[in-house]
Amino acid sequence: MFLAEDKLKKNNTCFHCGDSVFNSDIVIEEKIFCCKGCKTVYEIINQNNLCTYYEIDNAPGVNQNYEHRKGKFDFLDDVSIANQLIHFKQDNLAHITFYLPQMHCNSCIWILEKLPEIENGVLKSTVNFIKKEVTIQFDNSKTKLSKIAEKLTDIGYEPHISLNDVSKKSLKKIDNTRILKIGIAGFCFGNIMMFSFPEYFSLGKFDESEFKYFFNYFNLILALPVFFYSASEFFASALKSYQQKFLNIDTPIALAILITFSRSLFEIISNTGVGYLDSMSGIVFFMLIGRYLQNRTYQQISFDRDFTSYFPLGVTRIDKDEKEQQISVKDLKIGDRIKIFNEEIIPADAILFLGKAIIDYSFVTGEATPVSKSIGEIIYAGGRQTNGAIELEIVKEVSQSYLTQLWNNEAFKKNTKATSDDSFIHTVSKYFTYALFSVAIVTAVYWQLVNPSVALNAITSVLIVACPCALLLSATFTNCNMIQQLNNLKFYVKSSSVLERIAKIDTVVFDKTGTITVQQIKNAVFFGKINEYQKELIFSLVSQSNHPLSKAISFSLNNYKKHFVKDYNEILGEGISGIIEGKFVKIGSARFIVNKEKNLSLGSTVYVSIDDVYLGYFEIKNVYRSHLKEVIWKLKKQFNLSILSGDNNSEKENLINYFGEKATMIFNQTPADKLNYIQNLQIKGKVVLMFGDGLNDAGALKQSDVGIAISDNMNNFSPACDVIMAGEHFNKLNELINFCKKQKTIIYACFGISILYNIVGLYFSVIGELKPVIAAILMPASSISIILVTIILSTFFARSLKD
Amino acid sequence: MSVILILISASLFIALGFLGAFIWSVKSGQYEDDYTPSVRMLFENDVKQKETENILTENKVK
Repeated sequence: MFLAEDKLKKNNTCFHCGDSVFNSDIVIEEKIFCCKGCKTVYEIINQNNLCTYYEIDNAPGVNQNYEHRKGKFDFLDDVSIANQLIHFKQDNLAHITFYLPQMHCNSCIWILEKLPEIENGVLKSTVNFIKKEVTIQFDNSKTKLSKIAEKLTDIGYEPHISLNDVSKKSLKKIDNTRILKIGIAGFCFGNIMMFSFPEYFSLGKFDESEFKYFFNYFNLILALPVFFYSASEFFASALKSYQQKFLNIDTPIALAILITFSRSLFEIISNTGVGYLDSMSGIVFFMLIGRYLQNRTYQQISFDRDFTSYFPLGVTRIDKDEKEQQISVKDLKIGDRIKIFNEEIIPADAILFLGKAIIDYSFVTGEATPVSKSIGEIIYAGGRQTNGAIELEIVKEVSQSYLTQLWNNEAFKKNTKATSDDSFIHTVSKYFTYALFSVAIVTAVYWQLVNPSVALNAITSVLIVACPCALLLSATFTNCNMIQQLNNLKFYVKSSSVLERIAKIDTVVFDKTGTITVQQIKNAVFFGKINEYQKELIFSLVSQSNHPLSKAISFSLNNYKKHFVKDYNEILGEGISGIIEGKFVKIGSARFIVNKEKNLSLGSTVYVSIDDVYLGYFEIKNVYRSHLKEVIWKLKKQFNLSILSGDNNSEKENLINYFGEKATMIFNQTPADKLNYIQNLQIKGKVVLMFGDGLNDAGALKQSDVGIAISDNMNNFSPACDVIMAGEHFNKLNELINFCKKQKTIIYACFGISILYNIVGLYFSVIGELKPVIAAILMPASSISIILVTIILSTFFARSLKD
Repeated sequence: MSVILILISASLFIALGFLGAFIWSVKSGQYEDDYTPSVRMLFENDVKQKETENILTENKVK
């Protein structure tokens, strides 16, 4: 009978989330669901006649096999909290934006924009898919904020509301002025070019004709917005650098633009020439594009997250008269009693007051195993409660807690990292500028002696043609191209200056848990005697549970046959049980299985009994990333390696196996220890790359010269860093670093080409023969060849990244 | 020949019109999200959607 049922449902997937379904008895209208959660979502959607959701994309939902606590969003009804989140309010109308990490497909957009039909009082909802945000307009008199949040949760999109949403309340508006500047510069550039065509083809008969004035004045009018609006940022930057007595790359550019414009103005008004307005607007246009591409940020990835985007916004406080009240985490005071529900984060250091706490600190300390705490013990902020509701008494305010104190460290106060102004491009441009001025002076002196009437003409042409825009363009386009190539491998670089810093690295420091081990996958090894049939029974039971340890066992027992589980029961913090093929299978803690309080602290041991006969236990261990050995072996040749682990030294032997005897290994490191270790290396003159994944590495990542956060799921939290990289491409780490080192080579190659063009241009200007048409050919030709060369070279070097 | 002047001025004015359209599109935030609208326009509007839009306009009138 079971076999028949197996066959019937084996190839089925959940109608809602698309996960494969085994032996599910949750069926409506011939649609199968993997869990109750998915079914509930379907029912809500079906009730509202919104089943188109399932037609746009197949099985668009997200697995809902976890329980939501009722009243989880009650804190949103607190007026002071709500006012911090609502960004527009007029009478009863209010606007709010929620971040929904579950958003992933077109169906998501569809259903979320249908929110007005599901929730009464919601007037309009608009999705920004790239940012995974939904902006909701609602009528305050008809619905409540908490009800909207709950409804979103009901249809499978739980809003992520964190402390961060409040502290950075001002809505980040994308700065569109650069797009405007580019548009206007491009428009004027194109039109000036058109009006200059008669001049280019030197249609001599137009000379002295009325057309010449007409075109010249048209050009002048078109050049005004380019000069005064589009180019304004170059002038501002040059002025700033002049005030700071530091010659940056914008100085010669601003000078070139200024001189080109004034000379053209003079020529046109005095009717002695046509000027170089076409070249000027072209330079501005190309350079603005370069800057735009270089500074384009990833909207979907945030590099500057700190603990506030991890901590909850609201918490349940218990008053003296035992009444529960929702307050903002920031208002927590010492002595307050709070209630923390299952799967919630502890926001401040506190003492356990009531309940049984099993705290998962994996994110904070890197310690993989949840820790159990008894009443009266202190629980540090940042842990996640995994065993039902508990009550705590706050002993330190949020900002003073053990974990958050890390952010008071100096490394977070000032921006210690080099900005792009220290880039080698600026050093090069400094020499370039000096050389340029010398050429101009020599030319001036020469012509002053030979033929003074040509002197001014020659100097201005030198300054116009030798504008270092080609230098700047080669840098911006190379960076932009490389970042694009790295993007393809999910290696997201925060800014182009990071590429340069990676090239200088000589020491690499690794965090252990989650960085060189895989976060989700753990390996379970069984100790004891067990046969294949019993393994099937265990597999059937653990695949019902979402507990990390169950998942680990189910992962290692994969490919076994699944049987139908009856009377499935999960006791939080204890274990799971069920009746499979008439046998009573129990899996869980020692106390749960054999009624003995042994090894309780070692939570990564899972005991098994069938029909109350104890069979043995699973030991669950971290699994190192695949290709770790290969990657380390390659890195070892180039860099000094270190490992900093928040864990104990039980894995030391294993790590030596991977890293060799020479690598430094330090265990039991607190977040502050890690930061100090990096600092000490830097004092010794090392340039450090830090690899980390969690909040516990945040300080070290910030302090290091290059901080790389590795993440197995891009939507998950990753701490402030310079690079976010996907775990799946860890095997290419060495190649990625080497690729970043090529940046300098490519830029130098482009420099060479641009200098060739400059020499040709300088030749014409020094002899006083720079015709506008020559300038108009040289300028775009040099820009375009540079763009081509950087694309070809970076694509060439990127070959090593592909398999 | 002066007809060329008129034609060129006219063409420049048309071009300015496009520039104006571009500036408007930037200012009205069309460059802030360049993915969602491309999907949204493919969804079919049903009757219910229109009702909500009516409510919306009513609210605006208020």
